[in-house]
Amino acid sequence: MAGIAVSTTINGDHAEFLCHPDETLLEVLRERLGLMGVKEGCGTGDCGACSVILDDRLVCSCLVLGAEAEGRQIATVEGMAQGDRLHPLQQKFLEHAALQCGICTPGFLIAAKDLLAKNPDPTEEEIRFGLAGNLCRCTGYDKIVRAVQDAASVMRGA
Amino acid sequence: MTFDPSHAARSFSSVGTRPIRPDGVDKVTGRARYGADFNMPGQLIGRILRSPHAHAVIRKIDTSKAEQFPGVKAVVTAADLPDLTDGDTSMYDILDNCMARNKALYDGHAVAAVAAIDARTAKQALKLIDVEYELLPHVTDVDQAFAADAPLINETIFTTGVDPKPDRASNVSMRSQFGHGDVDAGMAEADFVVARTFKTEQTHQGYIEPHACVANVSSDGTADLWVCTQGHFVYRQHCAQLLGLEASRLRVTSSEIGGGFGGKTHVWAEPVALALSRKAGRPVKLVMTRDEVFRATGPTSATSIDVKIGAMKDGTIIAADATLRYSCGPYAGSWAEVGAMTAFACYKLENVRTVGYEVLVNRPKTAAYRAPSAPMAAFAVESAIDELAKKVGMDAVDFRIKNAAQEGTKASYGPVYGPIGIGPTLEAVKNHPHMKASLGKNQGRGMACGFWFNFGGQTCTDLNIGMDGTVSLAVGTVDVGGSRASLSLVAAEELGIDYAQVRAVIADTSSLGYNDMTDGSRGTFSSSMATISAARNAIKILRARAAQMWDIPVEDVTWEKGHAVAKGETHGNLPNLSLKEIAAASGTTGGPIAGHSEIVADGAGVSFATHICDIEVDPETGATKVLRYTVVQDAGKAVHPTYVEGQYQGGAAQGIGWALNEEYIYGKDGRLQNAGFLDYRIPVCSDLPMIDTQILEIPNPNHPYGVRGVGETSIVPPLAAVANAVSNAVGVRMQHIPMSPPRILAALEA
Amino acid sequence: MRYIRPSSLEDAVGLLAEASGKAAILAGGSDLLVRMKGGFIEPDLIIDIKAIDALGRITESDDCFVIGAAVPCAVLGENTALRHAWPGVVEGAKLIGSKQVQGRCTIVGNLCNASPAADSVPALVAAGAKAVIKGPAGSRTIAVEMVPVAPGKTSLAPGEIIEAILLDKRPPHSGDAYQRFTPRTEMDIAVVSAAVNLTLDDQGVVEKARVALGAAAPTVLLVEEAANILIGSRVDDSTLERLAEVCSGACRPIDDKRGTVEFRKKVAGVLAKRVALTAYQRAGQK
Repeated sequence: MAGIAVSTTINGDHAEFLCHPDETLLEVLRERLGLMGVKEGCGTGDCGACSVILDDRLVCSCLVLGAEAEGRQIATVEGMAQGDRLHPLQQKFLEHAALQCGICTPGFLIAAKDLLAKNPDPTEEEIRFGLAGNLCRCTGYDKIVRAVQDAASVMRGA
Repeated sequence: MTFDPSHAARSFSSVGTRPIRPDGVDKVTGRARYGADFNMPGQLIGRILRSPHAHAVIRKIDTSKAEQFPGVKAVVTAADLPDLTDGDTSMYDILDNCMARNKALYDGHAVAAVAAIDARTAKQALKLIDVEYELLPHVTDVDQAFAADAPLINETIFTTGVDPKPDRASNVSMRSQFGHGDVDAGMAEADFVVARTFKTEQTHQGYIEPHACVANVSSDGTADLWVCTQGHFVYRQHCAQLLGLEASRLRVTSSEIGGGFGGKTHVWAEPVALALSRKAGRPVKLVMTRDEVFRATGPTSATSIDVKIGAMKDGTIIAADATLRYSCGPYAGSWAEVGAMTAFACYKLENVRTVGYEVLVNRPKTAAYRAPSAPMAAFAVESAIDELAKKVGMDAVDFRIKNAAQEGTKASYGPVYGPIGIGPTLEAVKNHPHMKASLGKNQGRGMACGFWFNFGGQTCTDLNIGMDGTVSLAVGTVDVGGSRASLSLVAAEELGIDYAQVRAVIADTSSLGYNDMTDGSRGTFSSSMATISAARNAIKILRARAAQMWDIPVEDVTWEKGHAVAKGETHGNLPNLSLKEIAAASGTTGGPIAGHSEIVADGAGVSFATHICDIEVDPETGATKVLRYTVVQDAGKAVHPTYVEGQYQGGAAQGIGWALNEEYIYGKDGRLQNAGFLDYRIPVCSDLPMIDTQILEIPNPNHPYGVRGVGETSIVPPLAAVANAVSNAVGVRMQHIPMSPPRILAALEA
Repeated sequence: MRYIRPSSLEDAVGLLAEASGKAAILAGGSDLLVRMKGGFIEPDLIIDIKAIDALGRITESDDCFVIGAAVPCAVLGENTALRHAWPGVVEGAKLIGSKQVQGRCTIVGNLCNASPAADSVPALVAAGAKAVIKGPAGSRTIAVEMVPVAPGKTSLAPGEIIEAILLDKRPPHSGDAYQRFTPRTEMDIAVVSAAVNLTLDDQGVVEKARVALGAAAPTVLLVEEAANILIGSRVDDSTLERLAEVCSGACRPIDDKRGTVEFRKKVAGVLAKRVALTAYQRAGQK
């Protein structure tokens, strides 16, 4: 099984890697590129823990092949903060205690970032349906929804 | 000065505030390292072969082809593990569950494992292992397994707790009984009696992080294990015992943990990873797939429960009786026993009896899940209580208030209660605006109470004061959801310094004494107690150093708000010495300053909650929508109220999922049909409303700050609260959980 | 195993036809990658069709919409003209998986996966959508309901690829709707589903109707008898009751982990009523 050479952009930086034809983007990000913030909860697109933004689409990186990353732009949780300045969503997740164990948090942050990019002033229902592809087992979602509402308001004001 | 664990009312400066957790930034930036986020140089990848059969004798396992496959470095079967057949039964069962010895006992039971240079090779190698099975009749349903003619799962199990001792093996491993008074006489006297049978299906904890570990066994007998666990000291003890290692030579480091809820209190693949590493002579990383998590780890019991409760015309419960059958997987358990203990714990009862039966089935070994066994018993009892209140003609809340346990009540499971929160939570619910809100068509409201024991246990804490005056706190209780924040608050409170000056870490098993795992809602309760004790020990030293710096007797030095204060007429004018100043001088006053604590945290106060649920049912499809949900629970003292709320909300959400849609579905072939998050339906964000919380603080007299555990009780009432709401909405008593749409529709059309 | 990303449809067909081992088409990948992960399929060749320009677009001619095989479902929802003309088709497509899956999954993939519970298929069948197929022997166009023949099986010949789905432009007073039943609000698979497509005359009487049911039989059911009940009616209560009865009766479902026979039959009728009403209201507004 020969490796496929892939050239791509991750969080604004150029990246190159070799991967197997059946290797998922999730495996590439975690095992080849060390971006461990992308989590695997199921590997079948049912939990959203591995969410990344591929060009302008929110996707589960477990449902994308590494080879498909050729020439694309990928955004992961590792690219959200600017230096030591947290993204408003990251800050609000902390302030609202929108995480307990935190394993789903990177996926939620990426999904929420995508949601707010497309809808800067979502209703509670729009947030709930917009984040329905991300499972959280700890929080009951209450504090996550509040954190996203608060971050949206900060981002609109900024 | 010995440590005094009793509660003394005080005002707090740090405890009760809501700062950002110390591990927060790492968790929102992707830097926090969970079980699967750790790699070692030269590591191999381990994978496990699992039985596709529910019940089968393992005739032969041929691993030769797999062993010869290029890239495979080790293959392990039960033959490579110590044979504990003649040893301790419970340890035998744990090891047999990790790797089947004679029989595969459920779909998903491990039968062999490989370690190879990468995941692909390991996966290919599994296909080359040839297992010869001889299929046996299986049974997966708790009631069918309980029947006398059921296929026998374990020939060596004879029911304990019955007289005379049975002479025939059985699927019932134990009978247990609790209670007091004369139930039959009480029931005969009752004006109203409700008797019903309830059923609940098996659920999974559903943590998002699959089990993961990296094992590294050296040829010199030392070993390291990196693992996501709720209790690394317990994992060390079990792994060492199962594999014949010396505990002190096995160092276990707990990673950040991506949810456990009881499921990561048991060892599953870790002993296998260690065995592979030992055989291969290289580190082995083993991460379960989601499918494996569902098929082979920690579901709850499925249950079948008979409840009979009698009341007098004035609303006094005169007798309460329950028989509880809990599945425990293919090994002996004590799950029904816990259900039997908790069933009537909310009430003041003269005549009460509960009988529990542990029932073996061909399903994965039952594991703890947040207040294990209590939610199902509460579902049955609280459903019957609701129905009885209606028969008596009383409001559901008033009926419960009338019969609620109080301080001094002899609990149905034996002990006499101290100050408890059941009455106050009921009063709070009675007065809550939620109870007064109006309901629309096809909508119903339900409420229910719940109880959990809480636990304390063995606990260690080291509190080290740096020369810059900052404090590092090393604890042995795994942080599953924010306890580093609450323990830092407690250390800051006791020392009289800022929260920001404290950094808490979870120490590995070589750095602290034995510590019980994070279960029983003991995390903050027990470790805060140890932290307070360690801080007080450090303060003793700080006072002595200050006395030395001032050259005055230590008796004349007190500790106030982070400072040594000199007392008395002769040196009352000395300026206070701050912790920082004392720490800075420590190199010349006797060396590093630290406080240690190794305790058994006794006196975890029992915990009660009452929940309210509004639900709408679509009468044409049986679909449900939770409209509003409120949790009222006693926290004793909320150390970090935001995380206390989080525990209330999370438990409620899990309970709602259990009540409505979560269940293991087995086919006639004994195979699990829904081993994934698509068809094992945990609630998604759009399934739930905001979950309102109200924290009550009835101090636990056995904790210096009054703290009670808060983690588990919140999952106890929801099954019943939701069931009562659905029953009220549709006018039919729901008796089978989950109340999935087909079940609701069938109940409506029955 | 090889991964190839051809830039023309001809190349893709050629690769598929000439493949010596098992070849799989990768469009959205939301089914293929899951099946690979579970070990249910181990292709020797993965043909990624997303680099083929025409397949990634929705185009409009005078008489129809052409939806390329590699268009993710999320894009269907972003196409105003399509959403306006075929709200039911878009509803179906937008219900597949989560938002994350929406960014990847395609209606052609959903069709070729040949699951009886596929969310986008009943509305396509009700809409009279056609599949344009390209193969070694040339092109052919067939009704979408002719594509799945059994759970997991299609009528595609070796080497054939569906390149696009065709949806007619709408006459005035037309509307369609789709609903499925799932225990969860999102992230779920249809237990049973229904789609209705109506065209009304100027007086608001149903002139043309198509009714399709999902997860009610091994393949999506086109229920002509149900359509006949709607034709000539104003979708009043008694029509709806008869519609429900006929739809329930037409179901040939199974008991499985997602639902029972009784439940599916009953709810198929309930959903048919509800979508017929929505389709009727939509048709009346145009």
